[in-house]
Amino acid sequence: MKQIRRIAGGFIDRKTPLSFEFNGRRFEGYQGDTLASALIANGQTLVGRSFKYHRPRGIFSAGSEEPNALVELRKGAFQEPNTRATTVELFDQLSAKSQNHRGSLEFDLMAFTDYLSPFLSAGFYYKTFMWPKFAWEKLYEPAIRAAAGLGSLSLEDDPDIYDKGFLHCDLLVIGAGPSGLAAARAAAFSGAQVILADEDFRGGGRLNSETFEVDGKKGADWAQALWQELASLPNVRLMSRTTIYGAYDHGIYGALERRTDHLPHSGGKPRQILWRIYSKRAVLAAGATERPIAFGNNDRPGIMLAGAVRSYVNRFAATPGKRISIFTNNDDGWRTARDLSAQGVSVAAVIDSRDIAPLTDIPHAKIVMGAGVMDTSGRKALKEITLTTGQRITTDCLAVSGGWNPNVHLTCHQRGRPSWAEDINAFVPGKHLPPGMQVVGAAQGDLTLSQAMSGAHQKAKEMVKDLGFTATRKAAPKASDEASMGAAFWHVGASKARAWIDLQNDVTVKDIRQSYQEGFRSVEHLKRYTTLGMATDQGKTSNIPALAIMAECTGKTIPETGTTIFRPPYTPVPMGALAGRARGKDFRPYRLTPSHRWAAENGATFVETGNWLRAQWYARPGEKGWRDSVDREVEMTRASVGICDVTTLGKIDIQGKDAALFLNQVYTNAFLKLPVGKVRYGLMLREDGIAYDDGTTARLGENHFVMTTTTANAVLVFRRLEFARQCLWPELDVHMISSTDAWAQFAVAGPNSRALLQKLVDKPFDLSNEGFGFMACAETTVCGGTPARLFRISFSGELAFEIAVPARFGTAMMDCLMQAGQEFDAVPYGTEALGVMRIEKGHAAGNELNGQTSALNLGLGGFVSAKKDCIGKTLSQRPEMNREDAIRLVGFKPVDQSQALSAGAHFIALSDAATMANDQGWMSSVAYSPVLGHSIGLGFIKAGHERMGEVVRAVNPAQKKEVQVKIVSPHFYDPDGGRQRG
Amino acid sequence: MIINHPLLGPRDAAEFVYLGDASLIDRPDPNAEDAADRFFEYGYLRDNPAGMHEELWYHEQGDRSWLVVTRDTLTHDITAVRLARDVAKERGRSK
Repeated sequence: MKQIRRIAGGFIDRKTPLSFEFNGRRFEGYQGDTLASALIANGQTLVGRSFKYHRPRGIFSAGSEEPNALVELRKGAFQEPNTRATTVELFDQLSAKSQNHRGSLEFDLMAFTDYLSPFLSAGFYYKTFMWPKFAWEKLYEPAIRAAAGLGSLSLEDDPDIYDKGFLHCDLLVIGAGPSGLAAARAAAFSGAQVILADEDFRGGGRLNSETFEVDGKKGADWAQALWQELASLPNVRLMSRTTIYGAYDHGIYGALERRTDHLPHSGGKPRQILWRIYSKRAVLAAGATERPIAFGNNDRPGIMLAGAVRSYVNRFAATPGKRISIFTNNDDGWRTARDLSAQGVSVAAVIDSRDIAPLTDIPHAKIVMGAGVMDTSGRKALKEITLTTGQRITTDCLAVSGGWNPNVHLTCHQRGRPSWAEDINAFVPGKHLPPGMQVVGAAQGDLTLSQAMSGAHQKAKEMVKDLGFTATRKAAPKASDEASMGAAFWHVGASKARAWIDLQNDVTVKDIRQSYQEGFRSVEHLKRYTTLGMATDQGKTSNIPALAIMAECTGKTIPETGTTIFRPPYTPVPMGALAGRARGKDFRPYRLTPSHRWAAENGATFVETGNWLRAQWYARPGEKGWRDSVDREVEMTRASVGICDVTTLGKIDIQGKDAALFLNQVYTNAFLKLPVGKVRYGLMLREDGIAYDDGTTARLGENHFVMTTTTANAVLVFRRLEFARQCLWPELDVHMISSTDAWAQFAVAGPNSRALLQKLVDKPFDLSNEGFGFMACAETTVCGGTPARLFRISFSGELAFEIAVPARFGTAMMDCLMQAGQEFDAVPYGTEALGVMRIEKGHAAGNELNGQTSALNLGLGGFVSAKKDCIGKTLSQRPEMNREDAIRLVGFKPVDQSQALSAGAHFIALSDAATMANDQGWMSSVAYSPVLGHSIGLGFIKAGHERMGEVVRAVNPAQKKEVQVKIVSPHFYDPDGGRQRG
Repeated sequence: MIINHPLLGPRDAAEFVYLGDASLIDRPDPNAEDAADRFFEYGYLRDNPAGMHEELWYHEQGDRSWLVVTRDTLTHDITAVRLARDVAKERGRSK
């Protein structure tokens, strides 16, 4: 294909031709093109189909405001839907496809919807698909979804890498157009740390698209020279291809930098970086977006914004037509005619809605003043326009200018409301800007170049002076100036044909009028009823014209009619960039126990407990399922000895003169008189009297304690203790640190646990019952000098110890324990066996401390000391929490011992119906007890402690299961505790 | 948001954990005659002002200080940041 619409000039690198593919056809463009400019250069006018009516559409703009030219970029897993061709930088072997058509782009099988348009007006779906109700999700939604939507997803994992980063600066300049460059220049030469960000890949903004002069140079050359100069300064960071998408609290801005989107391959580098920029001050120099005028059939390919036509002709050396017409309501539109003439492009006509004298003479062009374009023709490309005067003009491109809207978006991100400026008929930033932000240039409504640049220069100087810098003495850049006058003219009323307001969502003038007629008159209602201003462009070219039409309907002014609130992001941000590296397993990295490798090598199945991966059970060859393994682990532990990694339990080292007093306040039970060398079980309440956490605390010295918490609450308990220490009892001399990660800890349980440990604990430590009795603790050494802590505590109900060594010895300790245990047939056990044994012993765990149960409910009422205060004590004494029939933790066994119990079942009296009103409590934990040979359960039932032996129904409606159970003591195994004391 | 930590300087809010109303410092006297009522109010009744609010933030990914942050809930404007421990002492909390 030849580049039939390529003309002379522009800022493209003709020495670097690039080959690309659009809908399977090969094209050529140049380095410096966008996909849109390359398509225009090749005469490809038709680039997509519209959202609702499948109307043929062409390129409408030359920037991120593009509503029409959305394409699917790249192939396979790299495919990216809804990419704006106007912002896609051309690269070699780029591949793109048009969207939203069945069959080819030229012959879309869905185009019939256009002929249904009288029926498909605003609210069509709401009104039509109301009944029958069952069809909503089964029929209507799938069918509508299949017909609607634009691009498609690859449904493969995104193969690209995304990163996140943090930047700091004195002044963030948003936009590298003339005013942004002027602001950055003033701040940079004053010595401030400056970040200058622009969404384009070439600095200069509109200077690249216009023919202005700055400081006696061509504007684009001036911009390039300044860009180079700024790049050489150590206090400036230039960020092209970077969109500042949101203004957040305290001077923090969100930025999306596209690092490799302009390259054929990312080469293993991050594709995009999501930056969080911490700025002391920010200058918004986001420029302005041109707006269209509505008239009949104004959506044909070839009809585009006048400023975009100048961009393509001046910057990209590609003309969108051979005979171009201009329809304008302002002076700025005439600039297009002049630039086209200067580039040798034929101008067919200039139509100005204002009945004034022509601004200038354009050779060979028809000049029609005080008129408008009423209708157009040409199905797949514009052929002819019809004026309100009745004249018909043959033309293949119509440049439309309805004036410029300042890009106020970021000024609204913190509740700011724009205000209406009568002089330019547009919204400008309101009074309440995000703190630290100033707005300059066209974004502020300064639509003339010299005014914009000198204003930006001055403001930037003041801002850096305010930060303590000495402002530069350099003068503001001087620009050739052109005042631009315009009129408020929004649509050609004489047009009978459909006139589009929102091209992306196929919303017409008629839809807005209908919205008004049906009572959806507030802007927010209008938006939701018609879908105006939604999707990828967020109404950048359509919001204001729509407001103007609504204002006409209501007879109010535009500012009275309102404006929609702009929220972040300014342009779409890919989900991948928001996720960054936190994907898949990296979303929440696992913590591994010291015995993890050993466990993995020995048949362990792992389970997530909080952030940890713990061994759940260790399968041995020949075992048919998890129950086989768990039963064996329990039986072997109870028969000889078992070893379990309990490192995950929270450990908090607490020291200080008042440590004991502090523990006394946070635990319900007394700790003041706990002897050194002893461990005590402790229960913590929330301040509302509900049980919070439990664990053991060892007193290693007069002023030194080690607390353990449950695995799940390790972080939360520590946080609460710090709260108690700093906020409630600030005078106490107590200090603490989390030592969960510092110590590897193993439970060694079973009748042979002492014999096993004797082999490892260095002599002369006395492990006998007399020397190291139940609930004793000590600091000692093991394996010939390795520091260790020993605790004689038991969760299993057996003679048991816990041994802790510094974490770096944890893996070795596991090896030592298993080796020393060989002669006893020592077995490693996982969390399942741990759970079975604690249920057999009636110990409460997470299922019982579930945020609904009090100490009384748990059968731990006696642990709330009457002699002292503690967190939660006062409110735990509320009458409602101490009713006679309060639920109590008891044990349950099935009347028919062959039946299995299920956790979550609710208890109902034998004679009652299974209703909420008759609910007496619930089963919290169940297990198969290999020792007893049947299923057992722990649960809460009203006054359970007084109902031993009673039979009730355990009803589980979710599983449609019901079992008769007998209320028994929760201590199923060794109720006297003789084994653990032995 | 950025919280100007009295010891560590400006830190990103992401380093902190939010708790709520700084009145949580004022744990009632358990020996007071109306202790039950006062604990009820302490535990359940909080103001939710649209405007200036004294609240507790915990520098969990930092030095573990509890801070009392005075923040405008409408604008997120932070006007004062103090160590909760100092505030608690000032309010007469002790053993």
